[in-house]
Amino acid sequence: MATHAHVAHPAEAAGHGGHGKQSFFHKYLWSTDHKMIGFQYMFTGMTMALVGAFMAYVFRMQMAYPGHPVPGFGVVSPGEYNALVTNHGTIMIFWVAMPVLIAGFGNFLIPLMVGCDDMVFPRINRLSYQIFLLSTVVILASQFVQGGGFGGAWTAYPPLSAGGQYNLTKISATMWVIAVALEFVAFLLGGINFITTAMNSRAPGMKAFDVPLVVWMIVIASILFMASVGPLIAGAVMLLFDQLLGTGFYNPARGGDPILWQHLFWFFGHPEVYVVLLPAMGIVADVMTVFSRKKLFGYRTIIYTVVGTGVLSFFVWAHHQFIAGIDPRMANVFTVTTVVISIPIGEMLFLYIATLYGGSIRLATPMLWALAFIAEFLIGGVTGIYLGSSGADIYFHDTYFVVAHFHYTFVPIAVLAVFAGITMWFPKMFGRMMNEKLGKIHFWGTVIPFNLIFIPLFFLGAAGDHRRIFDYSHFPDLARPELQALRILATISLLVMLSFQFVFLYNFINSLFRGPRAVKNPWRSNTLEWTTDSPPPHGNWTKMPNVYRGPYEYSVPGRAQDFWPQDEPA
Amino acid sequence: MSAHTIATTRSATGIPTGRLAIWWVLVSEIVIFGGVLVSYIMHRLGHPEWGHQAAHTNLWIGAFNTLVLLTSSLSAVLAHKAAEAGNGPRAARLLFATVGGGATFLTVKGFEWTEEITHGMTIQSGGFWSYYYTAAGIHATHVLAGMIIMVFVAMAALKNQALHRVELVGIYWHFVDIVWIFLFPLLYIAK
Amino acid sequence: MSAHGHAAAHPAHRNYVKIWAILVVLLVISVAGPFLHIRVITLITAFGIALVKAYMVAKNFMHLDVEKPIIHWLLAVILLLMVLLFAGVAPDVMKDVGRHWKKDSGFHALPPEGHPAAGGEHGDGAEGR
Repeated sequence: MATHAHVAHPAEAAGHGGHGKQSFFHKYLWSTDHKMIGFQYMFTGMTMALVGAFMAYVFRMQMAYPGHPVPGFGVVSPGEYNALVTNHGTIMIFWVAMPVLIAGFGNFLIPLMVGCDDMVFPRINRLSYQIFLLSTVVILASQFVQGGGFGGAWTAYPPLSAGGQYNLTKISATMWVIAVALEFVAFLLGGINFITTAMNSRAPGMKAFDVPLVVWMIVIASILFMASVGPLIAGAVMLLFDQLLGTGFYNPARGGDPILWQHLFWFFGHPEVYVVLLPAMGIVADVMTVFSRKKLFGYRTIIYTVVGTGVLSFFVWAHHQFIAGIDPRMANVFTVTTVVISIPIGEMLFLYIATLYGGSIRLATPMLWALAFIAEFLIGGVTGIYLGSSGADIYFHDTYFVVAHFHYTFVPIAVLAVFAGITMWFPKMFGRMMNEKLGKIHFWGTVIPFNLIFIPLFFLGAAGDHRRIFDYSHFPDLARPELQALRILATISLLVMLSFQFVFLYNFINSLFRGPRAVKNPWRSNTLEWTTDSPPPHGNWTKMPNVYRGPYEYSVPGRAQDFWPQDEPA
Repeated sequence: MSAHTIATTRSATGIPTGRLAIWWVLVSEIVIFGGVLVSYIMHRLGHPEWGHQAAHTNLWIGAFNTLVLLTSSLSAVLAHKAAEAGNGPRAARLLFATVGGGATFLTVKGFEWTEEITHGMTIQSGGFWSYYYTAAGIHATHVLAGMIIMVFVAMAALKNQALHRVELVGIYWHFVDIVWIFLFPLLYIAK
Repeated sequence: MSAHGHAAAHPAHRNYVKIWAILVVLLVISVAGPFLHIRVITLITAFGIALVKAYMVAKNFMHLDVEKPIIHWLLAVILLLMVLLFAGVAPDVMKDVGRHWKKDSGFHALPPEGHPAAGGEHGDGAEGR
């Protein structure tokens, strides 16, 4: 064996066990380094996005051309349709949005932005990814078992989800529950790392309100997740027992109640949307401030608002159950709380717009994504008001109006904000610059078709298109040519949007290996991650930074430079 | 292969990192047990007839197990006291005693459940029994997990290593004890 | 890592054995309570004592009383959350019969898979949920 030169690592005071050159296994597969674990989550999440997107492609093709074989898949049977929509939703939320936004960006950014060398529990961090990877294997494997993938919708309501004789996907129904439960455990473990690191391990001089917004957001999101997922874990165990042991937790004939599951699910399900929203808003805020050279308007207000929203998010859940047969007096309560919660979110978006006002705006690719987030999310939020009003919801519930609403919130969260974050932090993560021109082409090729997919869906929902129907030709009033034209428009737009993602894939992979080398701080940003090399070494800094000010000191009057890094002594 | 990072040594809140983390773990566990227990309590309140099923739980076994867990909590906190005094081997012995308490608890439960199941009171036999086995089962899983972690902490403590972890695993163990303190009246006394 | 680094170690350890003894006495009382066959007394001895025991373990064994306030807040909030869960769910789930309604499975459940009658007719339309 060739002698290996001991690579002089930037030695860290408290000893990283003196790694010399690490083997491939230790560096990429068995790493405890938060940056590598962040990449593991991100790449897994991005791969699962391809899986989820493929599923959307197939069922949208079925919607546009019912009964015709879909290229790359074949004819879609009703059971397969159910499995596709179920797993599309499940995968996009739990295996794309959460891993990329929370675990991917959280792992990479938090230690860097608070100025420490790693997370507080690196080995638990590694374990959390391993559990997550196991959950990924289980959900993917469930697509190929006898009966096919679970077909009971991502909400998995019993009795459909509890009885194999109803869902016809008995094996995958159990695998689905196990996969989701494992994913929950992985994120509970990860969350403890994020919260504890952010609370305790800040650089000397970094007070709570000197922490960049994205870190606050990921931490608050982790807390929201932790507080809301418990009852659902309990409920999932109960569902598993109903599926496997013949218990009757959700079976009214045996003293149980299916509505119990709904409550346990949505008690988590509603805070969950804020769990994914908050990191996205954090990314957008940090992108916006850098590319408008302006301080975040109302930083403390935003944090207080977010905490308030988080609390309020626990009081709105039954708006998903308005027509399920809940006590109508509760429906009144939940309508009020739901409409009220739009106020703080709206206020936050206004604060973002106020941040832009008077700024020196540079429309680089990350900024385009951030601006698109604000515009598209506004549409999503506003359409939520219709659904939050129990009267209107009687009509809209379970129609495509709902589908369009939540895609106008979820796509900005899981797609637009993610691309904003990737294009912004790519130089730091990989030490290379992405191609701006390709970035812009990808941007427009994503955002314009996105609207053309989902605006038709609002109209279709209002016209009566019910969700989770595999073929509308069975419904004469819905099988009209003008409605079918809208379905076809949505599908074609999806095809266009998907093809532009190849531009991103090419840009990403090509830049990874052949992009121009990045300097430490290509965007001239204030936050701590930009003060170290691109990419940062193991241990992040040779000399740990101290902090002297907040993260948003841009365009400070009287200074020569329009930014003022946090670690620069006064 | 210890991964001591600078991050672990800092403490902006004044609470040592490990202890802060354990409290967060407990927060997440409270909601999990809370979910099961809230569901159970509301069903019990709405179904007084479940008392007929509940009448068949064995109060004495439940009480004995409560005594076992309380005593194991005592040995756990005495282990913490020993660890703080720097006496790793004594802390380890007390931790092993705690593990022994957990093992006793689980063994007794094993016999108890065997008895109940062979007499036809299975997890499917009724609403009460479904919750009984589920709640106590989730609790027992946590007892087992705590025992396993405690063994690792005790083995390090024998060599006077990582003594701060004695307190941390103790806090977790006390929580498991507190859950049982509530399960006992809920499952055994309320008839 | 050595056992130092406790920012605020409790001043002196309490008498843990004494606490344990009190807990055992309380346990005995809670077991004896039901034998009086007075419902209110049973409730107080069973659940009231459970609360006291939990408080004593939390205070004396977990040293919650000398823990920083943020921990108290966390625990209080999370417990209130469980109260909220109960309040929001109980109206729908707690009872089988209300003043103007009755819970009914609303459809005819299929026998489990593998049963001879399986795969036959499905329940009549109404979702009943």
